[in-house]
Amino acid sequence: MSLGHHHDGPAAVPADAHRPDGTRRALRIGLGGPVGSGKTATVAALCRALREELSLAVVTNDIYTREDAAFLLREAVLPPERITAVETGACPHTAIRDDISANLEAVEDLEDEVGPLDLILVESGGDNLTATFSKGLVDAQIFVIDVAGGDDIPRKGGPGVTTADLLVVNKTDLAPHVGSDLARMEADAKANRGELPVVLQSLRGERGVRDVADWVRERLAAWTA
Amino acid sequence: MSRAALLVLADGRFPAGGHAHSGGAEAAVKAGRITDAVSLEQFCRGRLHTSGAVAASLAAAAALGVDPRELDRAADARTPSPALRLVARRLGRQLVRAARATWPHPELDELAHQFPKGAHQPVALGTAARAAGLGPQDAAYCSLYEGVSGPATAVVRLLGLDPFDATAVLARLAPALDRAAQDAVEAGQRALSDGPEALPARSAPLLEIGAEAHAKWPVRLFAS
Repeated sequence: MSLGHHHDGPAAVPADAHRPDGTRRALRIGLGGPVGSGKTATVAALCRALREELSLAVVTNDIYTREDAAFLLREAVLPPERITAVETGACPHTAIRDDISANLEAVEDLEDEVGPLDLILVESGGDNLTATFSKGLVDAQIFVIDVAGGDDIPRKGGPGVTTADLLVVNKTDLAPHVGSDLARMEADAKANRGELPVVLQSLRGERGVRDVADWVRERLAAWTA
Repeated sequence: MSRAALLVLADGRFPAGGHAHSGGAEAAVKAGRITDAVSLEQFCRGRLHTSGAVAASLAAAAALGVDPRELDRAADARTPSPALRLVARRLGRQLVRAARATWPHPELDELAHQFPKGAHQPVALGTAARAAGLGPQDAAYCSLYEGVSGPATAVVRLLGLDPFDATAVLARLAPALDRAAQDAVEAGQRALSDGPEALPARSAPLLEIGAEAHAKWPVRLFAS
């Protein structure tokens, strides 16, 4: 076999900020959090908010179905070729943290196949409070919890709540119905997170996903600066 | 050869995508062919002597330096199911990615360049073994062990099988695995001297059929 060394193959270093042709790759933002906290709904809302100004794509990590990808396709938030589903073998946290190879393949294929992208959202399968993304896969991560999952979650902390670049407390409209104390959730989250930001969000409210979309724009501005 | 390097490559936690695959076990569980430790062992023995022997021979041949393009064609010819070919290429691509970061080597770069969407996994495995300073026997062992440990781990998740029982199955398979590794090395050496047509071409029709059906399920835990 030839022993020639080529530099135009796929990147050997996954976290490299450049594609094999030397251009800057897309910013990758991960969204993680427990089952049912509103990750897919947040991804859908972000796509609607950003798709006119940015070239973006989504990778979903479904646990045992293609429901999340199917939901995004059905809602037509992006053209189908911009949405890819990764299968995780019953272990969603493994696919985003311990063995990121399938997800890296998905983000690289999206960039190769749908042209230059500004942003790729990588949505984790619903998991537990310890599930965080590898820095080899994403540049920044959002952890999504909701008020109905228990208002003690911000106090309990854990890697997602404590270290994610943005914590979203979702479904604030449900707080009065489930007896959750929003002010306490926000104070606990801030106490656990130091300078890291927290957004309280209701996708049904007037502001919708605006605060999270603004945070994404800031990250993108820093990425391309 | 470095025994420690072999452990790194053979480790089930080596980040090359294998965790998302059951090696056909999910389809066999659904079809009622794997229900307990005894039937898991039978399934693994079947794999070991059919697709396992073919994969290990390919891996040994690649580790001996047989042209990966010829081996990849030989692997295609021995994999009738399009779903399994796709899986083998996907896993090969993921393995090359992990191996390039772990043991940088021009032959791995060349393989990534020649097969941007992936060479068959055993071909990638044999090349990775070369890059790690390992030999054909090491590549054959890695291939065979992963061919049975993948289904065993998957069945623990799928059936709630006692993990001690699943591990005992793997231990009982060890003598058969030793013999299969020796056969695979000899097949690899024949491929080096006589060409890839000397490689074994045993098949397991139920694995092929099961993989085709599984790829069409709307709800499944594993990618294959």
